[in-house]
Amino acid sequence: MRTGIVVFPGTWSDRDCAHAVGEILGEPVRYVDHRERDLHDLDLVILPGGFSYGDYLRCGALARFTPVMEAVSDFANRGGLVLGICNGFQILQEARLLPGALLRNSSCEFRCEWVHLRVEQSDSAFTLDSRPGQVLRIPISHGEGNFFADAHTLESLERDGRVVFRYCAPDGRVTAAANPNGSLRNIAGISNPRGNVVGMMPHPERACEVLLGGDDGLAVFRSAVHALARVPV
Amino acid sequence: MAATIGRLALAAVALNQDEYRGILGALGRAPNELELGMLGALWSEHCSYKTSKSLLRQLPTEGPYVLQGPGENAGAVDIGDGLAVVFKIESHNHPSAIEPYQGAATGVGGILRDVFAMGARPIAILNALRFGPLEGGRNRHLFQGVVAGIGGYGNCFGCPTVGGEVYFDSGYDDNPIVNAMCVGLVAHQRLRHAKADRTGDVVLLVGADTGRDGIHGATFASVEMDERSASRRPAVQVGNPFLEKLLCEACLQLNELDGVTAIQDLGAAGLTSAASELAHRGGRGIDIDVDRVSRRELGMSAYEVMLSESQERMLVVVRPEAETAARQIFDHFELHADRVGNITSTGRIRIRDAGAVAADLPLKTLVDGVPLRSPAAAFGDKPPSPVLPSIEEPEAVLLDLIARPNLRSRRPIYRTYDHQVQDNTVIGPGFDAALLRVPGTHKALALTTDGNPWYVALDPYEGTKAAVAEAARNITCTGARPIAVTNCLNFGNPERPWVFGQLQESVRGLADACRAFDLPVVSGNVSLYNETSERNIPPTPVIGMVGLLDDLSARCPAGFQEDGDLVFLLGETHEELAGSEYLRMLGARVEGRPPMVSLEMERRLQAGLLDSIGRGVLRCAHDVAEGGLLIALAESALFGGRGLRCPSIVGHVSREAFYFGESQGRVIVSVAPRRVPELQKLMAHHHVPLYAIGVVGGEDFQVGSDIRVPLDTLRAAWETPF
Repeated sequence: MRTGIVVFPGTWSDRDCAHAVGEILGEPVRYVDHRERDLHDLDLVILPGGFSYGDYLRCGALARFTPVMEAVSDFANRGGLVLGICNGFQILQEARLLPGALLRNSSCEFRCEWVHLRVEQSDSAFTLDSRPGQVLRIPISHGEGNFFADAHTLESLERDGRVVFRYCAPDGRVTAAANPNGSLRNIAGISNPRGNVVGMMPHPERACEVLLGGDDGLAVFRSAVHALARVPV
Repeated sequence: MAATIGRLALAAVALNQDEYRGILGALGRAPNELELGMLGALWSEHCSYKTSKSLLRQLPTEGPYVLQGPGENAGAVDIGDGLAVVFKIESHNHPSAIEPYQGAATGVGGILRDVFAMGARPIAILNALRFGPLEGGRNRHLFQGVVAGIGGYGNCFGCPTVGGEVYFDSGYDDNPIVNAMCVGLVAHQRLRHAKADRTGDVVLLVGADTGRDGIHGATFASVEMDERSASRRPAVQVGNPFLEKLLCEACLQLNELDGVTAIQDLGAAGLTSAASELAHRGGRGIDIDVDRVSRRELGMSAYEVMLSESQERMLVVVRPEAETAARQIFDHFELHADRVGNITSTGRIRIRDAGAVAADLPLKTLVDGVPLRSPAAAFGDKPPSPVLPSIEEPEAVLLDLIARPNLRSRRPIYRTYDHQVQDNTVIGPGFDAALLRVPGTHKALALTTDGNPWYVALDPYEGTKAAVAEAARNITCTGARPIAVTNCLNFGNPERPWVFGQLQESVRGLADACRAFDLPVVSGNVSLYNETSERNIPPTPVIGMVGLLDDLSARCPAGFQEDGDLVFLLGETHEELAGSEYLRMLGARVEGRPPMVSLEMERRLQAGLLDSIGRGVLRCAHDVAEGGLLIALAESALFGGRGLRCPSIVGHVSREAFYFGESQGRVIVSVAPRRVPELQKLMAHHHVPLYAIGVVGGEDFQVGSDIRVPLDTLRAAWETPF
């Protein structure tokens, strides 16, 4: 799985993602500068976490205008796999590759902690290795992760099975107490209709080693490997 | 030559008449306004350490593994595998008292720059915070602002905040303590020194444009300046963590380049301090042309440019032939770099403004010329210990105590900090010490900050020893071996004899304890004049300590791990309640003799602990600190989510002292039953007393017939929000 990790000036999960995919999974990885336009050599593009341009304005609002985001759009439209993590999810929304918006956390605070995610559907490229209802333990680390969409969008997301992850209790129940940021319907991750583009607030690259607290995040990256093996793109 | 100068003109730069006479003697003439401003800044307490320097000479600063001791941007210690750990702690108390968010944020920004200026990648941030009780005055506003500022900067920059401590006491009303520590890693051959030792090198000013923000505090406080322009000058600098990240990545790339001589952070006293220190360390001189400095606003004087404390700026010194390559790196990160001057062989700093020489000072005078101050010291009497109330309902006491702001869970604070980014955090905040993997090795670094202010208030010598001992104990509980110390000495106004007496005794305690543990002090910071309306803060030395664990798989957690494990107390308990959180809860005055530290006993305890963790005998180890034995036991139960059953436990001291006293040199451990004989043997070998406490397991926290409380109830009290 030839993986490109996009680096905006304020990205900081780039090296963590490279560690997870490159060192732990052993897949070839290269960094993609925000000024690059050519992604033809890649199977998977990761938009990692961070503060792309400081995000003093709306998160990701500037990043969407970069040359690389044009290329990412083309790449996604051609069926390439795209995973937006945290700030990457915010950028995918700003770039209109995914619907909805991520508002300030309802606590009005940044939150860094382990949460539980229920896998809602296993058709996306990043949940192929999981079964629906499976619970993954993965950390969040964000100030703006409160998923919002209008009622119509929300209904179509639900109807089309595009809600990929929901915040849940350890036993899988979707409860208000398990919602760390006020997201509508506990939504933690969604996909595009084709399932090749997924955005998620939690950081799977931080959950790839038992030493660091757990390795449930590996399922996300392994799924991509299997998706590529199954459906050549 | 003007032999006298107006009192106000001197007050404006916070110098006294003696110091001014020293300047006249050294220069053979009167300084002009710019020169006086530069001298005032570098001769300030903050930059020159003129009051504390003679005391700090007592500190051990050398050791076989020390690669860089005090006097640089940060200290550096060899950790093997060709790597060095670089670290320092610094205060940002005054700015945080005025504008808590930006004060704390720029405190983090400054300490990050100190570390990456050394060529090291920052891998962790820690802090030490003190506030007045949250119910009073502006304290909650200060607390929330500081916590948000620390998170705001570190989270955006991408360095994890992995540890720290916070205490509340009315002594810090409106005068918070905000200390930030940064830890970085660098390969030995990439360790950089801020020393410009080659004449003809080019001096580049990189990063933010220079504005009128943060013109040196001492200068800023002048009556004339206030009347003229106070409204234009924010007293506190504003941080830009995004720009700092660019600066960091650029400096780390620059560090790989041949022909880079030195990198120096612009901190207190801005360009004046950075330029002079760089050149003076290298035994050279420096010419700076202020016209070349990019500015945020028009009409700035040379004085303002030279003393601005605008954040996110670095001075980079390169060989002329390396300038193009350096500029390519800055261009890649879209950073601005001005060629502001050259390194000379003159031993002087020369400032040019509009083509003319605006200042010309010998660096020796500017950097090293300040006469040291040795104020009078007075030492307080040590009153006898207070009369102790006896406990009637230990269970209620325990639940009240663990809910106190000084003891309750810090999770509501640290979960607002990204403590995981960079994927190295093995043990995060909330335990004895944080543990970070050293990438590419099997090693880990243990990191902690410690300093109980009440013990120091009662006895600065013993209290400071206790701070060092506790930091070392916290490191040791993870299985790591303490290797070096950084420190931040936060005190009141040293011109008051009792305050200087506190400082003097505290430094003596720091020196004695560091020598006893064989720990070099490789960096540090002194913050004096923490005085508001003639009220001085409690003396607050903060110890930052780094430990090394050679084999990550040998680490030891702080929480109970298995039901059926046996729990022991290591160390001796004495009849010591003075300075305890228990007495403060009962409303008793902080008086009497604080817990004493036997450095010999402490060494034996830590050696025994490391020995038993290294042999895999222990399942958990946790320091007994504020709140005493029962609080430590409760914490281990809560960390592990397992109850505890103790038979009636009594020592040879009162029940109060045994349950809630804060005797030093104690650790609780849990051990599988079959390994108890090994533990006994090891402790006998190290001459450490061992006291059986109880058995891990069940849903309750139970101590004899005194306490039986469900773990959930205990947790609810512990998790009382701030």
